[in-house]
Amino acid sequence: MTDYTKYLTTEVALGRMSRREFMGRAAAFGITLAVAGTMFETAARAQEPKRGGHLKLGLEGASATDSRDPAKALSQFMFVVGRNWGDMLVESEPLTGQPVPALAESWEPSADAATWTFTIRKGVKFHDGKELTVDDVIKTLQRHTDEKSESGALGVMKSIKEIRADGDKLVLVLTEGNADLPLLLTDYHLVIQPNGGLDNPDAMIGTGPYKVTSFEPGVRATFERNQDDWRQDRGFVDSVEMIAMNDATARIAALSSGQVHYINRVDPKTVDLLKRAPTVEILSTSGRGHYVFIMHCNTAPFDNVDLRLALKYAMDRETMLDKVLGGYGKIGNDFPINETYALFPEGIEQRAYDPDKAAFHYKKSGHSGSVLLRTSDVAFPGAVDAAVLYQESAKKAGIEIEVKREPGDGYWSNVWNVQPFSTSYWGGRPTQDQMYSTAYLSTADWNDTRFLREDFDKLLLEARSELDEAKRKDMYRTMAMMVRDEGGLILPMFNDFVNACGKNVKGYVHDIGNDMSNGYVATRVWLDA
Amino acid sequence: MAAGGPAHGPELTTAAVAGEALQPSGAAGSIASTGAGSPGSEGKPSAWAGFKKKSPLAALVIQRLALSVMLLFAVSLMIFGGVEALPGDFASTYLGQSATPQAVENIRKDLGLDRPAATRYFEWLGGALQGDFGRSWASKQSVSEQIGKRLGNSLFLAFFAAAISVPLAVGLGMLAVQYRNRLPDKIINVISLAAISLPEFFVGYLLILFFAVQLGVATFPATVYDSMTFGQRLSAIALPTATLVLVVLAHMMRMTRAAILNVMSSAYVETAELKGLSGLRIIARHAAPNAVAPVVNVIALNLAYLVVGVVVVEVVFVYPGMGQYMVDAVTVRDMPVVQACGLIFAAFYIFLNMVADIIAIVANPRLRHPR
Repeated sequence: MTDYTKYLTTEVALGRMSRREFMGRAAAFGITLAVAGTMFETAARAQEPKRGGHLKLGLEGASATDSRDPAKALSQFMFVVGRNWGDMLVESEPLTGQPVPALAESWEPSADAATWTFTIRKGVKFHDGKELTVDDVIKTLQRHTDEKSESGALGVMKSIKEIRADGDKLVLVLTEGNADLPLLLTDYHLVIQPNGGLDNPDAMIGTGPYKVTSFEPGVRATFERNQDDWRQDRGFVDSVEMIAMNDATARIAALSSGQVHYINRVDPKTVDLLKRAPTVEILSTSGRGHYVFIMHCNTAPFDNVDLRLALKYAMDRETMLDKVLGGYGKIGNDFPINETYALFPEGIEQRAYDPDKAAFHYKKSGHSGSVLLRTSDVAFPGAVDAAVLYQESAKKAGIEIEVKREPGDGYWSNVWNVQPFSTSYWGGRPTQDQMYSTAYLSTADWNDTRFLREDFDKLLLEARSELDEAKRKDMYRTMAMMVRDEGGLILPMFNDFVNACGKNVKGYVHDIGNDMSNGYVATRVWLDA
Repeated sequence: MAAGGPAHGPELTTAAVAGEALQPSGAAGSIASTGAGSPGSEGKPSAWAGFKKKSPLAALVIQRLALSVMLLFAVSLMIFGGVEALPGDFASTYLGQSATPQAVENIRKDLGLDRPAATRYFEWLGGALQGDFGRSWASKQSVSEQIGKRLGNSLFLAFFAAAISVPLAVGLGMLAVQYRNRLPDKIINVISLAAISLPEFFVGYLLILFFAVQLGVATFPATVYDSMTFGQRLSAIALPTATLVLVVLAHMMRMTRAAILNVMSSAYVETAELKGLSGLRIIARHAAPNAVAPVVNVIALNLAYLVVGVVVVEVVFVYPGMGQYMVDAVTVRDMPVVQACGLIFAAFYIFLNMVADIIAIVANPRLRHPR
C-alpha cells in the first residue's frame, strides 16, 4: 500500500498526475477522500464549468482515407469525432473504469450472466429530430454483428447470439455468460445511429453533444453544440474545430502559438521542452496500452520456458522506460494488466533486471548462439531504440540478441504474429477478460505469443461468467501469474497518454479508459477566457 | 541537386519513357531531337510529312498527345502492378493491427479483392476510360470529387509559389550574370545554395518558429477549407509559399545563370557589346531568348515538383494538398485513389514538358524547321 501511495505522490510531484486523477486513484485504493485531499494539499474546490467559446483541437491520426461510418473508425481522429456526435449504450467511469449509464439507463443480468436486459433512455432525440427507440439500438447492434459486417467491433460483439426487443427494453443473449458485457458496449464503434445506420451509415447523425457541421477526411471536422442534448453536464463550448495535424512539430507549434487549445501525442522526447512554454499544460494520463516483446511459446528456441525466463530477466525495464518514454509510463510486469483495470490483482512481485538470474536460466535452457529479434519503428515509437537497449542489457547476462530492423510497411501482416520473436504494441481493452481473450486464449486469432494452455483457457471462461468479484479477482491473479512466469510475453512498460493543452482549457478529465480523455476531450472541457 | 525535389516514381517514369530531352545541358540543341526522331512519322508518310512541314508546332502537339495517352496507360499499369506488389492488400492494411479475419474477409468480398488482379485492373480501366474513377475504398467517397478539392488546393499553392519564384529566379539569374564573379553574384549564389541545401521541412520549421510562434504574425496551421475567403486563404498559404520559393529558387536561378553565360560567349553578344549596348540590355534582349530552352525545361520540372512533390511541406504546414492525399491512399493500398492521383501527376509532367518544348520552339524560330 505504501508503495502505491508513494508512487502516486511522486507522480504528482513530477507534475504527471492531476489532482483529479490522484484523488480518483487514491480513492480506488481505499484512501478516504479527506486523507487524499490533505495529501494533495489542495483545496478541493470544484470549478464551475463555463459555457461558450470555440474549441480547437490539433490531432494526430487523421487520414484522407478515414471513413465517416463509425463501424470503420480506426484513427485517433475519428475516435474523437465519433464521441462528439454520438453516444454508446454504456460509458465507462473515467477513474474506476466501471460501466455507467449512457443511452442505456440501467441493465440487469440473468444469474448466469448470459442474458442481459437493458432499459433504453426515453426522450432522447437524434440530431435530425427523430426520437431514439429500442429499434434503433437493435439495428445498430445488428449492423455491427451480422456476418457481412466490416465493423471494428466485430471481435467484441461476436459473443452476442441474439438481439431482441422486450417491449421497450433491449435483450441480449450471449453464447456464454459474460459479467463484463456492459463494458463491451462502451466500444467507440458502437455509436447508436437512427435505424442503426442501415439507411446511411455515413450520415454522422447521432445523439451526441455536438452536431457535425462539416467534415473533410484527413483535413478538418467542425461541430456546433447540440441544443437539444439530453445531458447538461457535457458539451460546454458553442463550437468545436478539429484539425488534422500529423506532424508532431506542427502540433507543438500550433499549441504554443495559441492556434489550437489541445493537441494529442506529444513526443516524450520533447515534452520537457514543451513544458517550458508558459501557456502550455502537459496532460499525462496513465493508460492500458503497453509495449511488448513477444516470443512464440511453441516455436524453437522459444518453446523452452527457461530461455523465455532468461530473456525476461535480461531486460532493463527502468532504463528502457526512461530512455524510450522519457519516464512517461509505468514499468510492466510481463502480464498485460495494470492497476487501471477493475479487479487488478495487486501485490504480484515486480520482475526486475537481474543478469545473474538471466544467466542462470539461459544456461539451464541449453541454448547457444544468438537470438533473433525483429523490430520496426511502427511496432511502437522508439521500438528500434528499445531493441538496441535490450540487446545491451542482455549482453551483460551473456545472452546475445541479434536485432533485425524490418520495414514498417507490412510489419503487421508479415512480422507481427508471424515471426517467433518481435516487438509490438497493444492498446488496452475495457476489461481484463477482453485483454486475455483477445491475445492469450489458445484459439484467439491474435494469440501473438502462441500461449496454448488449456488450464488457462478454462480459467478464463470460468472467470468470465463469475459474478462474485472476490472469486473473480482471485482467478485473474492465477491467470496473471501463468502469463508472467510461463508465457511468451515480455512487457517492459505501459505507456502514458501524453497530451497537452493551453492554460485556458479547464475541466480535462484524466480517463483511464483510453487516450484523449477516452475520446471525450471535446465534450468534457470548457474554455476559461 | 534537382531542387531536392523531383525524385518520385511517376515523374521519373514519365520523363524516362518519353525519351525526353530534359537535361538542360546544351543551349537550344535539346529540342531538335524531339522533332526529328518522331515515332509516328513512319505510318502515313506523305500526308503526315506534309502536315509536319506546314505546321510543325501542331504536329508536335498532336504527336505528344498521342504519346501521352500511351504513357498514361503505361503509368496506370505500373502503379497497379506496384501497389499489387506491396505487402498486404487493402483489407489487411486498412484494418492494420486491429484486423479480425472475418472483417478482412468481408471487406475483401465487398470490394471484390478475391478476384484475379487482371480482372480488377481492366474493370477499373473500363471505368476510368468513361471518366469514372470510382469511389475510394476506404472512405467510400467519389474519387473525382475528393481529388477536385485537393488538386485545387495544390494548384493554388503551386501557382503562388511559381508566380513568385519564377520571375525572381530568372531576374536574379540575369543579375548574377551581369555581376558575374563579383560580389552580388557571389551573394546570390551563396544564399540560394544555402536555401537549397537545407531540407524543406527544416526551412518550414524555421519559418514557423520565427513568424508564427515567436512573432505571431503569420497564420499557422495553413489548413484551407471551403468557407474561407480569398484573403484568408492567401494569408494561410504565406508560409508554405515562402518555403517552396526558397526550395525551388536556386535550381532555376543557377540554370538561368549558366545558360545565359553560355550564350554570352558567342560572337553576336560580342557584337552587341561593341555596338555599345548596356550589359543588362544585352542579357535581356539578345542572350536570354537564346537561353530560353534549357531554362524553360528547368522551370517546367520545378513547376511539376511544386504540384506533385510537396508532401513534406504539406505535412509540416498541415496543408490539404494532393501529395498527402496520395500518401494516405498508398498507405492503405486504396487503389482507385492511388491510380487517379498517379495519372494526374503523370499528366502534369507530360503537359508541363510539352509546354516547355513549345515555348522553346516559339522562342527560337530555328527550331520550327528542323532539317
